[in-house]
Amino acid sequence: MASNDEVFEKVREALVDALAVDDSDVTPAATMVGDLGAESIDFLDIVYRLEKAFGISISRGELFPDDILTNAEYVSDGKVTASGLAQLKARMPFADLSKFEQNPLVQDFGNLLTVNDLCNYVKTKLA
Amino acid sequence: MRWFWIDRFEEFVSGQSARTVKNVSLSEEHLDDYNQTWPYMPPPLMIEGLAQTGGLLLGQMSDFKARVVLAKVGRASFERLARPGDRLTYQVRFLSQQADGAIAEGTILLNDEPLGAVELVFATLSGPEFEKVELFQPHEFLRMLRSMRLFDVAKNPDGTPVVIPEHLVAAEQAFLSVNCP
Repeated sequence: MASNDEVFEKVREALVDALAVDDSDVTPAATMVGDLGAESIDFLDIVYRLEKAFGISISRGELFPDDILTNAEYVSDGKVTASGLAQLKARMPFADLSKFEQNPLVQDFGNLLTVNDLCNYVKTKLA
Repeated sequence: MRWFWIDRFEEFVSGQSARTVKNVSLSEEHLDDYNQTWPYMPPPLMIEGLAQTGGLLLGQMSDFKARVVLAKVGRASFERLARPGDRLTYQVRFLSQQADGAIAEGTILLNDEPLGAVELVFATLSGPEFEKVELFQPHEFLRMLRSMRLFDVAKNPDGTPVVIPEHLVAAEQAFLSVNCP
């Protein structure tokens, strides 16, 4: 079982390679989109690098369950509903949704994920 | 300007890999446009050759219905330059392929010696904003594939030949019936 530091180092390497950012930019609290400048296409690259680095398989929608955000059942007036939030929590146990919950605007979801969330996700896959 | 950066396919295994060739000629304007005193093939256009090779490899998986674009170039390294009279070979192999795109490694040979390597990320454009976007006219697209002799060599992983998709044949026949009755 990889230690937290080992997971972080490999995640950092994947992000540095995929996003051409400096090592020092990749901190646990950094958000993928806002701080590291990840665009949607980068996630394809990041997923591939994580799969390779950790020998895991990441299926579509697992890391970014965007199907919930496009489902009318879970979205109302541009906000994720209570049942939508429950779905997100169930699907993303690795992510800290507490801040998003306060004002769950769909448009803000893209900038939710942090480097630490990514590390937690990898750890759940390795467990 | 014609935007064909490969001359023909030499190998094509659906969903896996493809190899194309490009012969570099002094008759191509971009060679001396790029460097008038010592003409050589601009490396970015070699990336375009790899992109066309890999883009068609990915597009074929949806019978060329998906809108495939080169989304990103990762590391790219070039060890030498290709000059008029040289032959380039572009090899693309998919490392990962998903519904929304593919990651590929591209390698370039110069007269069979290694010239460079490029990491490529392809994306398929989907969603309502792209529904009415056509990247190519289907009959022209099929003419290009035929010119590049893709279907002469294209095989499925089980070795059976890749057939020309019906919708492209239909578009070609419709075009010919109007323009060459």
